Amino acid sequence: MTSMTTAELERQQAEMGFDDGASHLLEVSMGPQHPSTHGVFRMDVVLDGERIVKLKPVFGYLHRNHEKIAESETYLGSMPYTDRLDYLCSLTNNWGYALAVERLAGITVPERAEYLRVIVAELTRLQNHACLIGFLLQDMGASGTPLMYAFRERETILDLFESLTGARMMCNYLRFGGCRVDATPEWLRQAQQAVEAFPKFLDEYEQLLTGNEILVARTQGVGLLPKDMAVQAGITGPTLRASGINYDVRKVDGYGIYDRFAFRVPLGEHGDVFDRYMIRLLEMRESIAILRQALREIPAGPVQDARTKLRGFRPKPGEAYARIESPKGELGFYLVSDGSANPYRYRVRPPSLINLTVLEEMCLGRNVADVVVTLGSIDIVMGEVDR
Amino acid sequence: MLGKGIVLGLAETARNFFGSFFYRARLTTVQFPEERLPQIEAARNFPFLVFDGADWQQGMRCVACQICEKECPPKCILIEKSKDKKPDATGKPQFYPAVFNIDVSVCMSCQICVEVCPFDAIKMDVDFELSTYDRFGGLLWDKQRLSKSNEHYHQIHPTEAAAVDAALAAEREKLAAKARAANAPPANAAPSTSAPATAEGQA
Repeated sequence: MTSMTTAELERQQAEMGFDDGASHLLEVSMGPQHPSTHGVFRMDVVLDGERIVKLKPVFGYLHRNHEKIAESETYLGSMPYTDRLDYLCSLTNNWGYALAVERLAGITVPERAEYLRVIVAELTRLQNHACLIGFLLQDMGASGTPLMYAFRERETILDLFESLTGARMMCNYLRFGGCRVDATPEWLRQAQQAVEAFPKFLDEYEQLLTGNEILVARTQGVGLLPKDMAVQAGITGPTLRASGINYDVRKVDGYGIYDRFAFRVPLGEHGDVFDRYMIRLLEMRESIAILRQALREIPAGPVQDARTKLRGFRPKPGEAYARIESPKGELGFYLVSDGSANPYRYRVRPPSLINLTVLEEMCLGRNVADVVVTLGSIDIVMGEVDR
Repeated sequence: MLGKGIVLGLAETARNFFGSFFYRARLTTVQFPEERLPQIEAARNFPFLVFDGADWQQGMRCVACQICEKECPPKCILIEKSKDKKPDATGKPQFYPAVFNIDVSVCMSCQICVEVCPFDAIKMDVDFELSTYDRFGGLLWDKQRLSKSNEHYHQIHPTEAAAVDAALAAEREKLAAKARAANAPPANAAPSTSAPATAEGQA
């Protein structure tokens, strides 16, 4: 029972003998100012009592013309705009874009810059997943506590970002051909400290949440996403892996220097909200393993390719697609150059938007409260959905 | 046993609550307006124009080359080049910006103007308490509002400012040496020989 208009559903109900003059179906607009919708997102929900009969995601409230702006902007000028796609993970967005430009122009990145990229990207993953779990619990009604603990840990990582890049969220740190500034030994030491302190937080967090009977009751068997549907709908990231598909762009592509790191890809079994929650926790532990390795092995050297000039950058005509494993899924940038200073075409493949497309299938037949939890477990940021 | 997870979770909450009385790591908030965390040195928030010496008009480093205006991603900078030239800090006649406006309601503090400036004339500030009642005029900053001294720059970003001053001094030294080596005519030599002295004066 996928897409049927409300009128059709009512007619069907009337045929089944429910025709007592009053409609059993109620059409509710959840959002765009609903606190559970993670931004300005709206769901047209048709309800039979508490049960979801139909759900239509409506987005576009945060559309900022990102792709068209990038086409009138220089290659360097687009970099700060990519921060604003998924505003929780600006550094991985930077990396996706930088990688696309590097493929387009054939730029090589110095070794130290590659390590720094891995370090900042994995720190981004840590803070994104910690926040996501906090928000998921907030959506379930655990008001405050898990979210505040997650924000406390996020704060240490944001302080690291600020002392390296100058900004907490809109970092604008990566450049094609390297990174903007070098990390001081002091910064690397602080990063090491933050990384070493993180597993303790994870242990506490797991003790606080994972065994909690209410959390288990609210998440197990909720928002089921079967394997084949996840593949057909092009779902990526932790949402896909929670359904049991072993697909991580870090492993598949080995972009950057990810092929040098030993880490495992955690997989779920059932594809429900609980699996998605656990995948995030396990991924954070793997990120810590990558970070430890990267902080140990980081070599000395330059952080910016000296032959790449950022101002007046004009790549040869051509096209390039680069994808990375952002904390939300596969983030892709497609660039077409006509040899001028602006890209001829610039396209983003946003993981949040594509992961959102199966929301109806995950929610049909469940309660309204389960919709909120399911949406929270997909991990969307409206800045990236609407662009 | 049903409820064990909830009890363990509450124990965790209690540990954090009581721990916040004894451990700094558990108590992360500060009473903001009265109590402030130290400013992180690399922090950035809105650009300002650097001037040398005491007079902001005399010592302004900006020569109105308009590179930042072109490179600014949201196009929040407006520059009008002067018709005449006036001597800069080293005494060399230069154009100066007749108008230099930044609309900080548009600026996104991305630092690209700072990166592209070849004269180290525009740098990032750290001031974030900028609320105003006048949303149009109050957020359109002219060059007087934007001008801040090199001392201010040293105060907010000491390491970076020292590196910039050293680079500028080295450049002036090189120019002076070149002028001496070429045995330049007196008209040129006069400003260049005075340059190292000025540079030392600032540092």
